[in-house]
Amino acid sequence: MSDRDAIIRVEEVSKRYGKVTAVDRVTLEIPRGEFFALLGPSGCGKTTLLRMLAGFEMPSEGKIFIDGIDMSTIPPNKRPVNMVFQSYAVFPHMTVFENVAYGLKFDNVAKADQYGRVMAALADVKLDHLAERKPDQMSGGQRQRVALARALVKKPKVLLLDEPLSALDAKLREAMRFELAELQDKVGITFVMVTHDQDEALAMAGRCAVMDRGKLMQTATPSNLYEFPANKFVADFIGSVNLFEGTLEVDEPDHAIVQSEELGGRIFFDHGVSGAGGERMWVGIRPEKIELLKREEGAAPPTPEDAPSGCNVTAGIVRQISYLGSESIYEIDLINGRRMQVSRPNLSRWDQEDFTWDDEVWLRWHGDSPVLLQS
Amino acid sequence: MARKIARAPLDYLNMPAMKAWLAGVFIFLYTPLLILILFSFNDSKANVVWKGFTLKWYVKAFENTQLREALFNSLLIAGVCTVISIVLGALMAFAFWRFKFPFKGPLESGMNLPIVVPEICFGVAVLMFFAKIGFPNDLPYPFNLTQIILAHVTFAFPFVAIVVRARLESFNPELEAAALDLGASRYQAFRDVIVPHMKPGLIAGGLLAFTLSLDDFVITFFASGPGTITFPVKVYSMVRFSVTPEVNAASTIIILITVLATVLALRAQSATTKES
Repeated sequence: MSDRDAIIRVEEVSKRYGKVTAVDRVTLEIPRGEFFALLGPSGCGKTTLLRMLAGFEMPSEGKIFIDGIDMSTIPPNKRPVNMVFQSYAVFPHMTVFENVAYGLKFDNVAKADQYGRVMAALADVKLDHLAERKPDQMSGGQRQRVALARALVKKPKVLLLDEPLSALDAKLREAMRFELAELQDKVGITFVMVTHDQDEALAMAGRCAVMDRGKLMQTATPSNLYEFPANKFVADFIGSVNLFEGTLEVDEPDHAIVQSEELGGRIFFDHGVSGAGGERMWVGIRPEKIELLKREEGAAPPTPEDAPSGCNVTAGIVRQISYLGSESIYEIDLINGRRMQVSRPNLSRWDQEDFTWDDEVWLRWHGDSPVLLQS
Repeated sequence: MARKIARAPLDYLNMPAMKAWLAGVFIFLYTPLLILILFSFNDSKANVVWKGFTLKWYVKAFENTQLREALFNSLLIAGVCTVISIVLGALMAFAFWRFKFPFKGPLESGMNLPIVVPEICFGVAVLMFFAKIGFPNDLPYPFNLTQIILAHVTFAFPFVAIVVRARLESFNPELEAAALDLGASRYQAFRDVIVPHMKPGLIAGGLLAFTLSLDDFVITFFASGPGTITFPVKVYSMVRFSVTPEVNAASTIIILITVLATVLALRAQSATTKES
């Protein structure tokens, strides 16, 4: 990505409140026209970063550029960004129309043009029939649409969304995910969304930045975050993962082997990994990438030699089952006592009956599946 | 065995004893007022027996130039005092709500001082203050009311501040941020978003200031210079000679004014609070 394409550039930005560092030297580029998510647990600094983009907080160090312009001295009301607040912050004493028209007053939009622009923005969020309503006569979802229209009518270069779906009920939240993504597609404005909900971020965003304790952990597409996490935190935060500590024993261009006491054996990778041998490392394996196989009564535990070429095999006993309808999640105790999670899609209507409590099973996963994490 | 019926908290209002108690409270509260109003229409000089309906006391009260002047003074003082109190009270409430500064806690408690200090002490203090600074006593009308207005503002504006301060606690700071975000300057955000939120508090506080000023006797008595008279002071001086139905009539008018003001204020308030 070249500089020219980035609508937002965050350079070495830190924010400190006394001794607390809320945002710690974050460098980030957000391309024009993208749906970008800032993802992380509460207190990770994502909201502080968003508020710095909006101008409500000023960085302690570093610089923020929006469309190539340094924002260091520019107050919120002069920035080419608009925000949808977590509480929506719809002005209660104004009608829907007045709410949406409010921001246009400051843009020197002629009165005659205001009406058309407001109604167009309301049509974009499907609220044009409620223009004369007062916010207290509206549902939470409708108020959020007012907040969206009010921000979009200003034609900002970037739309900031602070936990946009957190206050909605589950069904509406699901529907709004698609609608927000569609809206972004339609208006073509760069959206930057803050969320603590990984599903939300993965479902809506083109790219996500994962933050933890003020630091940027990884910026990637949703599938890359999931399949190629940069570290333990990302692997664990996005989805579920089985993590095993180990040391890298073999590190060849076409394969690698990690010795792990936790797993009770060696983990085979069918691809090269770039890491220095002998260091403590972690191997992450997603639950759905592990195959569950019945083990014959009395059969000996498998050895690496039992595995088909390119695969890993280990043995365990089914301890817990969560039947979730579309899939089942099995908690498996390995021989050394370590617990592992395996998920299995219920492809037929009887699949959940294949395994039951205390079944002795083999776990098998392909050498392509595990990821090696250095931190 | 009679089974005791469990009651939900609000069911107690349906108990006969509770209803009787409630009625008693209202009778106790309003009987004196009703009698006052009733005897303003009594066709007798003595405020004791009902002789028949008349409006002559109203005519008489209206023709009493001194009483009329006093009433006008009181309304003028209350009006000016209300406006000043609303502005000062709102600014003080806003300052305490928005800013952090040294000694904020003690200062905020100090804000309540004019409310708790006995009126008589306050009156003496006001009198001494004006004497000490040599406040001119011979200003032409209506400027000779300045002392009374200043004294009234001093005890009335903290009431506005307290009411507005409480109202501001329920303000969602994101509303102000939203206004800034949409392009408003700090002042525009204050005017367009914070003031509308404060409005019910401003109305309620202003009403308090108005009624406090209108019926204040003690402090006014000390603060008024020669030749200035307010309604409560005038009524007091009239009553010292004899309680005529003229006083009743004048008081009824005052009650009418305050009730009207209250109704209007409540209307305005309910119109602005529906939203939250």
